[in-house]
Amino acid sequence: MTSRLFGAALALLAASLLAGCERPPVDSVQRGYRGTGMELVYNPRTEAKVALANQPPPVTPPADSDAGPKARDLYKNVPLLGHLGVAEFTRFMAAMTEWVAPQEGCNYCHDPANMGDDKKYTKVVARRMIEMTQHINVDWKNHVAATGVTCYTCHRGKAVPLQVWFKTPPQKNGSNFIGDLAGQNQPMKMVGMSSLTVDPYSLYLLGDQTIGIGATTALPTGHVASILQTEQTYGLMMHMSDGLGVNCTFCHNTRNFKTWEGSPPQRTAAWHGIRMARDLNNAYLEPLTKSFPSNRLGPLGDVAKVNCATCHQGVYKPMYGAQIAKNYPELLEQTGAAAKVADGLPPPTAGPTRSVLFFGVGSSTLEGEQAKGLTQLISTLATQPKAKASISGYHSASGELAANQQLAKDRAVKVRDAIVAGGIAPARVALDKPLQAEANLSGEDPAARRVEVTVK
Amino acid sequence: MAEYQNLFTQVQAVGPSNLGVPLGEGHSPRTGTNLPQVHLFGRLGMPQIGPIYLGPLGIASIIFGVAAFNIIGFNMLAQVNWDIVQFVRQLFWLSLEPPAPEYGLSLPPLNKGGWWLMAGGFLTVSILLWWVRMYTRARALGMGTHVAWAFAAAIWLFLVLGFIRPVLMGSWSEAVPFGIFPHLDWTAAFSIRYGNLFYNPFHALSIAFLYGATLLFAMHGATILAVSRFGGERELEQIADRGTASERAALFWRWTMGFNATTESIHRWAWWFAVLCPLTGGIGILLSGTVVDNWFLWAVKHGVAPPYPLVFPAAVDPATLLQGVKP
Repeated sequence: MTSRLFGAALALLAASLLAGCERPPVDSVQRGYRGTGMELVYNPRTEAKVALANQPPPVTPPADSDAGPKARDLYKNVPLLGHLGVAEFTRFMAAMTEWVAPQEGCNYCHDPANMGDDKKYTKVVARRMIEMTQHINVDWKNHVAATGVTCYTCHRGKAVPLQVWFKTPPQKNGSNFIGDLAGQNQPMKMVGMSSLTVDPYSLYLLGDQTIGIGATTALPTGHVASILQTEQTYGLMMHMSDGLGVNCTFCHNTRNFKTWEGSPPQRTAAWHGIRMARDLNNAYLEPLTKSFPSNRLGPLGDVAKVNCATCHQGVYKPMYGAQIAKNYPELLEQTGAAAKVADGLPPPTAGPTRSVLFFGVGSSTLEGEQAKGLTQLISTLATQPKAKASISGYHSASGELAANQQLAKDRAVKVRDAIVAGGIAPARVALDKPLQAEANLSGEDPAARRVEVTVK
Repeated sequence: MAEYQNLFTQVQAVGPSNLGVPLGEGHSPRTGTNLPQVHLFGRLGMPQIGPIYLGPLGIASIIFGVAAFNIIGFNMLAQVNWDIVQFVRQLFWLSLEPPAPEYGLSLPPLNKGGWWLMAGGFLTVSILLWWVRMYTRARALGMGTHVAWAFAAAIWLFLVLGFIRPVLMGSWSEAVPFGIFPHLDWTAAFSIRYGNLFYNPFHALSIAFLYGATLLFAMHGATILAVSRFGGERELEQIADRGTASERAALFWRWTMGFNATTESIHRWAWWFAVLCPLTGGIGILLSGTVVDNWFLWAVKHGVAPPYPLVFPAAVDPATLLQGVKP
């Protein structure tokens, strides 16, 4: 009797401890050198469900885009897509409806009485989202490659993509005497139900907190990263793992998460993906906050933002890498206002704390608007007699490295000399090695040929 | 008739309380002579409860320990807004966290790590007092102080994690939070931060002693249980009550592995393995961040981590491909 009770108690204990586990068997796939634990583990039952939810949409037959009048001749208020033939324009509008609002139809964005009117917020947002899609396909090829994205990549037939994020409201602290959760220790889906930080997205996909926490040298050489910061990075990584349905080993080598040697190439794509999500949130989604009605905003009144899962939805490549965007050429180039900027140099920014000045190919001389930006920077410095400027030079990726490095140096030196010539004391102007900036991995990127000046 | 007491036999001798040996000069007599005997306890060990010797040290230790336990518990309860159901439900996630990195070694506000410092301080005092108690009680009985020194090995690891290393690193935030999942997350993050603790040789030693200690314990426990049918657990190897149980046990190991520990040396083996586990582990933790920043790169540098063929195209950190240079 006692032993039976004892056995029953043991079985109950085991069952309660195992309740959170997935049942075996699982598939494991070797993807690195034998014996190094480079394996991906998949649960075939979960995978079957995920696969069903990640089917590509049907592609509408292509329209003869050259035939007939242009959309801008026939319709009003088509700044982005007016250059399309009417047939292609209509095909794209129909496709968008299927991708984003199949139930609601055209009227989800358009006023049926006046199709050109921007009265509905959905239309304003949709136009900006087309620009965003174009921006991803043109400027983020190091993440989306030639596959690209369409509205459907995130929307999947829903007006609001299934997986978006809002800022997490601050934890309640009562009288702030006892019971501080320290921004963590709540079971949250976004960090895989761990006790890690409750909002890694705001830190990394909106802000640009340093993600790399490991040291690059064996012995301490001044690299500082706290355990708390490590746990925050860990939280972001849990999201990536969950959002892509992969293990750590999809991107990292098992021996050391920090070293890039021996890391799968997916890690490079992921590196750019994090920066892409950050760029989209800051440049496209946050500025739209005022366009949305309050019922579409989060608990803190912030706009819905993207993370890895917004596109990936549990799969290593959205919809297993299905090529959809190539059938919609209007999404593969930047049109409208963005197109004009892409032709020449970006406009210089000369702010109170950080200025960026752009250069022509192979040139270390500032011309036109860029020279004006420099003048503005000098006058800013003149009004702040205690401020110090640190100058970093950059170059694009095309050409020889040694010559390019010399060019970047020349650019920085020229800017320094110009600032000193403008009457700023040389002691206030220092040259500095750049710490972080968007990389231009290949080719001639106008935004890469620059000098950045930080004023402190 | 069943002759010995263990988990499977239910015969228990019931008699007058066993008060142990007479105490020496200057020791207060123990309270109570008619001690309770619990049948359930008798199935696991001695049925008799007590006499317990608390003394001033024991009482002080319990007071400090209860204070620390309550600070942690009430913080967790406050974290779920004093909701008992949520407290039970989220208990594994809840934690009393050390101060954030920006506080360094300074005194943080009470709710920003102050409670943690207080709980840690009280717990440390409680444990140290308990250690002194272990030492003095052993001395009072004329015993060696092996138990106290084994306990000290564990205290060493505890102090390295929560006090010595944080002080050397200049930040309380380096210490371990008081929470179930949170301390596990701390452990994983610690290994990731310092480039994979598996390449830390002291971590490796600690694991060897950990597994070694369990292996020795299993071997010793199994041997004695296996010869208990000959009265082996009562047998004294070289003196009066000598049967054949110890000889069988010793021969068994010489048969199977050519060598046997003696009845005395097996306990020495087990004691050292158990003590060296936290001792070496503590050294490994102490060196991380203070002396070594990335254990994998350290292991590569010293030829510990073997090179493997690269199966992927070479990946480089995109951040290092920035085209800027220091003029």
